[in-house]
Amino acid sequence: MPGPRLTRAIATLAVFALAVAFPFLASGYHVYQGAQVLVLAIALLGLNLLTGFNGQISLGHGAFFAIGGYGAAILTAKLGVPYLLAVPLASLVCFAAGFLFGFPALRFGGLYLALATFALAVAAPQILAWKGFDAWTGGSSGVSLVKPHAPFALPLTTDQWLYFICLVSAALLYVAARNLVASRIGRALIALRDQPIAAETMGVNAALTKTICFGISALYAGVAGALSALAVGFVSPESFGLALSLSFLVGIVVGGLASLGGALFGALFIEFVPSLADQMSGNFGEGAKALPGAVYGVLLIVAMAVMPGGAAGAVRAIMRRTVGS
Amino acid sequence: MITRRSLLRSGAAAAAALAGARAARAETPGVSDTEIRIGQTMPYSGPASAYGVIGKADLAYFTMINDMGGINGRRVTLISLDDGYSPPKTVEQTRRLVEQEGVAFLFNSLGTAPCAAVRQYLNDNRIPQLFCATGASLFADPKSFPWTMGWQPNYRTEAGIFGKYIARTKPDAKVAILTQNDGFGKDYLIGLKDGLGPERVGQIVAAATYETSEPTVDSQIVTLQGSGADVFVIAATPKFAAQAIRKAYDVGWTPLRLVTDVSQSIASVMKPAGVDKAKGVVTAVYGKDPTDARWADDPGFKAYAEFIAKYMSPKDLIDSNAVYGFGATATMVQVLRQCGGDLTRENVMRQAASLKDFVLPMTLPGISINTSADNFTPIRQEQLATFDGQGWRLFGELLAG
Repeated sequence: MPGPRLTRAIATLAVFALAVAFPFLASGYHVYQGAQVLVLAIALLGLNLLTGFNGQISLGHGAFFAIGGYGAAILTAKLGVPYLLAVPLASLVCFAAGFLFGFPALRFGGLYLALATFALAVAAPQILAWKGFDAWTGGSSGVSLVKPHAPFALPLTTDQWLYFICLVSAALLYVAARNLVASRIGRALIALRDQPIAAETMGVNAALTKTICFGISALYAGVAGALSALAVGFVSPESFGLALSLSFLVGIVVGGLASLGGALFGALFIEFVPSLADQMSGNFGEGAKALPGAVYGVLLIVAMAVMPGGAAGAVRAIMRRTVGS
Repeated sequence: MITRRSLLRSGAAAAAALAGARAARAETPGVSDTEIRIGQTMPYSGPASAYGVIGKADLAYFTMINDMGGINGRRVTLISLDDGYSPPKTVEQTRRLVEQEGVAFLFNSLGTAPCAAVRQYLNDNRIPQLFCATGASLFADPKSFPWTMGWQPNYRTEAGIFGKYIARTKPDAKVAILTQNDGFGKDYLIGLKDGLGPERVGQIVAAATYETSEPTVDSQIVTLQGSGADVFVIAATPKFAAQAIRKAYDVGWTPLRLVTDVSQSIASVMKPAGVDKAKGVVTAVYGKDPTDARWADDPGFKAYAEFIAKYMSPKDLIDSNAVYGFGATATMVQVLRQCGGDLTRENVMRQAASLKDFVLPMTLPGISINTSADNFTPIRQEQLATFDGQGWRLFGELLAG
């Protein structure tokens, strides 16, 4: 009987092997969807660091996603920066933005922070369309990017190449997040979430730790936004609406709060369930064509009722029953 | 039906042509002997979901066509997918339509940003992107994007009509313009300058913009009034157009006021502005207003009302989005009829660009659709109308932008 550790390692390897093989087995469209899932998973990893591990609720991560996306678009399309450099640069901008936003956010706790970040999500599309930035952002017309082709005559399509860029980024960021959570800082993050007074008594610098956590979380969203802009080939204010920020929150809750592996499941959920809801509502006849939102709502409630701890919680429960005992 | 006798009669040349058509048919995705499969993206959810009625009208119209036996013996299947007005979703859904569903082309997908997001992809793959449901002029650029075409009079066309009208009736006019700060506003200013002509561009004495986030446009109106203009072009969305009309009246400024196609709704613009204050406002229209009693006996309106009664719900009758879908789909059907047996993507695009004097039931009398290799704006004509306190009163001749 393998121990839980070994099972976990085997499962991780299997998922990774599947992820590597996927673009060679699937069609271009599905590879594109796969890249979208990876992009969303990266954003969810970041948000989970902030909300799941540090207990700070953000409804505004779509704004950091937008900064990353526009950053990559402007750097590559307007300034001619190579895209592989543009992604880290754009995400550093996001880190700075997140870190700075973290300072005032420190003064808010719980739901008040949720509202403050909500304001960020509401404001982002309008700021992006503001005429002062027109020369850079293209106003409401947005910016088109040239999709990167595979270098060195690699026998990969553009979709496959972009998928692998996303996969490598997601894997690196996943490992980084795991190490962070297991480190001293990670323990400080969790302690600040559960017992803030005790943590501060133990010498944890609450202000610095929380702002850095906000910055790192925004950095993840920025990488995701930048990769998404490359994969889609276009950014506009409409790309980063309020619904995006809310879907991130849905993603981490469905995937499992404070679970990094859950990010992948959360990403699959927010990528596919809305389309599934659309198709299902279509099956109820023409009259229900306008009800994908209602179907989505029902699916969401069912998911939460069946898996109250998110997908990660459900997996843990199954593991406990089969392997653990 | 091609019989042996007809083949023999029309000889070897026709046989060769037929074989050619067969081969081409096999190559065009979505086209079989019995079906033409096409796709579109629509905002059934999200901030622009009110436009979803356009998609429903498109679907209903094709149902009607199929009930009547289809087009040249083929049924038309329209796959209409929700994109929530989000460009990344539009890209995904459009790729699904093209790569998974294997549609022949895209028809009437809605929104400026969503259509812009997939324009390059569709042009790279030589797939027609027909009759984009948006007024932005960027979908009438056959030189750079030969596979993309809009449908309604675009903002530049309409502003051009206003410009020409001003130049003809008020040659010494001093013009002030208020625009929303986005592609719509920019298109409008460019079109107005085109219409006025190079020698009159200087007559635009004041131009102000607003952001959709601003609470009011009062300060812009006061500034524009200060310019001493006697013509006021309002390129604004309904809320701001209503404010502009009311404020201009309240400060005692009485220029000739022109409002756009976007803000000619009586319920959401004229009434909030105050019907007395809005009296005399001029706009340009191309469609028959389904609430206007004048069309009650009009055969075009009757055909539309019959369609609504049979294939949609009664509340859709007065929805301008239903009129829109009805017209756009009728245009699409005409293109497919013109294609005959040759439904290659090249021919669909060629026929879309060779519509000649095609008349729609719900456009104003005299308006016809014309396209050519360098004219990708199907509807270019409009008629001016003035608000008389109750409704729009058409006047003058048809004008072309």
